[in-house]
Amino acid sequence: MLSGGDMLIRALHDEGVDLIFGYPGGTALHIYDAIFRQDKVEHILVRHEQGATHAADGYARATGRPGVVLVTSGPGATNTITGIATAYMDSIPMVVISGQVTRDAIGSDAFQETDMVGVSRPVVKHSFLVQSAADIPNIIKKAFYIATTGRPGPVVIDFPKDVTDPAEKFPYEYPETVKLRSYMPPQKGHTGQIKKAVEVLMSAKKPIIYAGGGVVQGEGAEELTKLTQTLGYPITNTLMGLGVYPATDKQFLGMLGMHGTYEANMAMHESDVILAVGARFDDRVTNSDISKFCPNATILHIDIDPASISKTVTAHVPIVGPVKAVLKEMNDQINASSDKVDADALKQWWENIEHWRQRNCLAVESAGELIKPQQAIQALYEVTNGDAYVTSDVGQHQMFAAQYYHFDKPRRWINSGGLGTMGFGLPAAMGVQLAYPDATVACVTGEGSIQMCIQELATCKQCELPIKIVNLNNEALGMVKQWQDMQYSGRHSHSTYADSLPDFVKLAEAYGHVGVRIEKLSELKEKLAEAFAMKDKLVFIDIAVDQNEHVYPMAVKGGAMSEMFLSKTERT
Amino acid sequence: MRRIISMLMENEPGALSRVVGLFSQRNYNINSLTVAPTDDVTLSRLTVTTIGDDRKIEQIIKHLNKLVDVVKLVDLTDGSHIERELMLIKVKVSGAQRAEVMRLADVFRGEIVDVTPTSYVVQLAGTSDKLDAFISALGDTSILEVARTGVSGISRADKVLSL
Ligand SMILES: Cc1ncc(C[n+]2csc(CCOP(=O)(O)OP(=O)(O)O)c2C)c(N)n1
Ligand SMILES: [Mg+2]
Repeated sequence: MLSGGDMLIRALHDEGVDLIFGYPGGTALHIYDAIFRQDKVEHILVRHEQGATHAADGYARATGRPGVVLVTSGPGATNTITGIATAYMDSIPMVVISGQVTRDAIGSDAFQETDMVGVSRPVVKHSFLVQSAADIPNIIKKAFYIATTGRPGPVVIDFPKDVTDPAEKFPYEYPETVKLRSYMPPQKGHTGQIKKAVEVLMSAKKPIIYAGGGVVQGEGAEELTKLTQTLGYPITNTLMGLGVYPATDKQFLGMLGMHGTYEANMAMHESDVILAVGARFDDRVTNSDISKFCPNATILHIDIDPASISKTVTAHVPIVGPVKAVLKEMNDQINASSDKVDADALKQWWENIEHWRQRNCLAVESAGELIKPQQAIQALYEVTNGDAYVTSDVGQHQMFAAQYYHFDKPRRWINSGGLGTMGFGLPAAMGVQLAYPDATVACVTGEGSIQMCIQELATCKQCELPIKIVNLNNEALGMVKQWQDMQYSGRHSHSTYADSLPDFVKLAEAYGHVGVRIEKLSELKEKLAEAFAMKDKLVFIDIAVDQNEHVYPMAVKGGAMSEMFLSKTERT
Repeated sequence: MRRIISMLMENEPGALSRVVGLFSQRNYNINSLTVAPTDDVTLSRLTVTTIGDDRKIEQIIKHLNKLVDVVKLVDLTDGSHIERELMLIKVKVSGAQRAEVMRLADVFRGEIVDVTPTSYVVQLAGTSDKLDAFISALGDTSILEVARTGVSGISRADKVLSL
């Protein structure tokens, strides 16, 4: 016999959860007491509930296992909303447990009462309000099942305080399996559709593979790499997909979309067949005017979520199913078939692509001792041997990291792509470092973003997390400033604050960490290497970078994918 | 195009708000909505009428199907079906109008279910178009109150929405 609070923690353990991120408060105190009385589930005390959600999210992105969050009702619950929405937009498995006022007080505007199920509804995959303690094991089982299967996503479970009362005990049994008649995610793709797609793919003359975050979440990188290499076709990844195909391989054209490479965007635009895998034709890829999007392409679209197919761009051959299983079946069909790709056409196609590649759109022009943000990322890549877990915040630094750090493995690049949440980077890095204590974890951030969850430096101290914070300090909300330069005649409305920035070195020291400031190109690599050599310390590396740099290429607003600005003066 | 989408959903708290929330969140239109228990106590049936082009309707259906509470769904307008709505309408009537409204109700196969010296309540069932037609046929008769249930519907012949 267990109380509701004990059942909850026990069920988490039985579900395989060994780490949760949270922050206590009145309605969660029975649960916190249950945590105190056991040692199987470790709890990490953050400094803001938003940090808990991003940390759980980072943990989930790095490991593939669901992230778990525990907070109190009212403000504790509402503070998680940004993090839940972030996870929702990027389809990250997460379970958020919130305290709630007692059942008889619900609806009475009780102290710290918020309708969490209601407030979170638009940004969760599903939610539960626990009505009776006896339901707890079943609800936990269902919540994890829903969060982790199909298209993954966050699930909220709201726990009225009296349901966790230590005085009331119930028999506990954790269900082994779960079946929901109204939720049956597909287990495989339609063989006929796959066959059709393979036929189109094999007869293509200008093919391209466009792979996104679904391949990361669906663990399909290996099958995708095999398919790509068997066919010899070019491949591009979305911001969310970086790492699903090795970036250092010659078949990789780089990221596509708003800040994608010239060659990736040109190849998309000119292609005759696009194989989209776990990607959703987001407006940051298609550039919003669908009528101009890849005019000659036949579109083959694999996605686990039927609602992602033909949402914006119509798929000629839709395949609903898990990417791993579908790609495997494609590989098998290709192996078994005597059909060959059109080698002559492919050779011609690669010649076109090489020609675009020669434009060298990511070339960096040195500016003496002034550090270009791109150079900072290049140095980071070298110092970490391309093998770090890199989390990021949102802004120019994020795009530079995506462009200049070449990810060869999935789950190494951890950023908020769909929601674009500033403040994500540091707490996400905590989740990654806790999952992999010995790994090198770098948080690429900006002086704007880092201030949005800076309080988590204290959590890092408490848990002794040796994260390396790489702050590309341009003394401005750089991405906002760039848009203002390009679209508002350089009127920098509320995007600069140079005279009120904190001294980040002192700030890091105040939290008990090491701070390093880098201002000259000649000392960049050495100082960075020194910082990364401090294996057991969090080092805040504040790098003064060129304040006037823009991210290029950049899509021309409302244009086709082939329309890009390549620098402040060049346009395709 | 106008569509009538009917679904069976789990009789769980919050299920209705998820369906309604989906429509507002994605800027889909709800013209009418009805929800009531079925012969199976674990399920309720919800019927919504909405308007949109084919792409939008396809998205609405896909998103409704994704909701964990929605067990099964049918777009009734995809096949031949029966559509009914019930209306109770209170009108102010006096003198010659009394006979006139009674005759009109008769023509529309309505029933007068409440009578006072100054008013009638007419009960009328049929397609939404028919109910609209009755309202316009009332002409300058003064309408005091209209209560419509929203559309309910069922497929003709063998096609059934059940588990
Ligand atoms: C929470 C949140 N608020 C606002 C924005 C809009 N926004 C996008 S990038 C950006 C500037 C980020 O500045 P910084 O972190 O210094 O990065 P930089 O672009 O300078 O590299 C802003 C304000 C956002 N993405 N997230
Ligand atoms: Mg900045």
